[in-house]
Amino acid sequence: MELLEGEKEVIISQVSEILGKHKHNCENLVPMLQEVQNQLGYVPELAMEMIADSLEVPAVAVYSIVTFYNQLRLNPPGDHQIRVCMGTACHMIGGQIILNSFERRLQIEEGETTEDRKFSLERVACVGCCAIAPVVVIDDLVDGKVTPTRVDGILLSFENSNNNEGKKEQEQKPVERGEGQE
Amino acid sequence: MNKKISITIDGKEISAEEGRELLWVALENDIFIPNLCALKEKDRPSASCRLCFVEIEGFPRPVTSCTQPVTEGMVVNTRSPEVDRLVGTAFELLLSDHRLGCSKCPKNKACALQRIAKERKLKLKPKRLDKFEKDTPIDDSTDLFVLDRNRCVLCGRCIWADRHIARVGAIGFSQRGIKRKVSTFGDKLLKDSPCIECGECVEVCPVGALVFKKDYGK
Repeated sequence: MELLEGEKEVIISQVSEILGKHKHNCENLVPMLQEVQNQLGYVPELAMEMIADSLEVPAVAVYSIVTFYNQLRLNPPGDHQIRVCMGTACHMIGGQIILNSFERRLQIEEGETTEDRKFSLERVACVGCCAIAPVVVIDDLVDGKVTPTRVDGILLSFENSNNNEGKKEQEQKPVERGEGQE
Repeated sequence: MNKKISITIDGKEISAEEGRELLWVALENDIFIPNLCALKEKDRPSASCRLCFVEIEGFPRPVTSCTQPVTEGMVVNTRSPEVDRLVGTAFELLLSDHRLGCSKCPKNKACALQRIAKERKLKLKPKRLDKFEKDTPIDDSTDLFVLDRNRCVLCGRCIWADRHIARVGAIGFSQRGIKRKVSTFGDKLLKDSPCIECGECVEVCPVGALVFKKDYGK
């Protein structure tokens, strides 16, 4: 993922700070990675390279660890985080189809973030409402009995709400005020 | 030099150095035990391929011979129904996501999988399991060799060679479970990695996953 302007500096300063707090030995690798993720929301390649340098191990060794643990993300979280449930019930009823629909529509794969950083897509094990499988959680909102058509609807609603927000600021607000006065 | 002891493998009396791993003792005495991940130079065997099981008298269940030091008077059987069951299943699992097409593979006739199948009369096409074709793109970005992950058995020998013989650190395992693979940092092509194209990893690959370009398409 391409870094945005200024992100490189933030990563370098944050990771340097974290590296300063720990002894540079391999036992501290996972705590370091967790802190990086807490601070930045994900573990960028640059951070992995800096940590690898300080521990004097190949960067690919750190990459092994980061890809091993589900907890650690390789991509920055999007503005809207989409979590597709792949628990037993959702899996049986076709959760994969829903995940595939999102992947197709957003043109990213599971675990990735769209180029404009608007959406990130991930799978989760179970969100605890198997009765309405297949389930999708978008930010904090749970959506049940999802179909591929509904996937289109969900994404469309974000496009619309964004447009509306823009419109509200420009046009709708005066109208609302007008109504209030009446 | 450790003291010499005598052990029995498949009824054959063998003199061996005390404390050496059973696998190497057997192989040096022309007793075949299937193995993929073992390398004599490794300090610590990874014992990950699960193919070198043997039965030792006095042990409740089969053990991996690559991790078992020999002791005086040890009586070993390389074959038993239990051993065959363990090795057979491990072999089937390995082959279930291994791209076959041996006639087109540059390692044909020099492949460790073919040898094991022949010695233990196992099938290269396991019937019990569904075939899982990985179908990952082949990395032929270097001038010297080709990395075909569809033929990889994840033995980890190339990674060991990369770290301990070449001392480069260009490749490692990434991901987990069925997605596990040999990769470079950030899943880049080998030519964009620190790889120095020394070929040490290719030398130790037991199968057709890492092959010199000069042998490809032969």
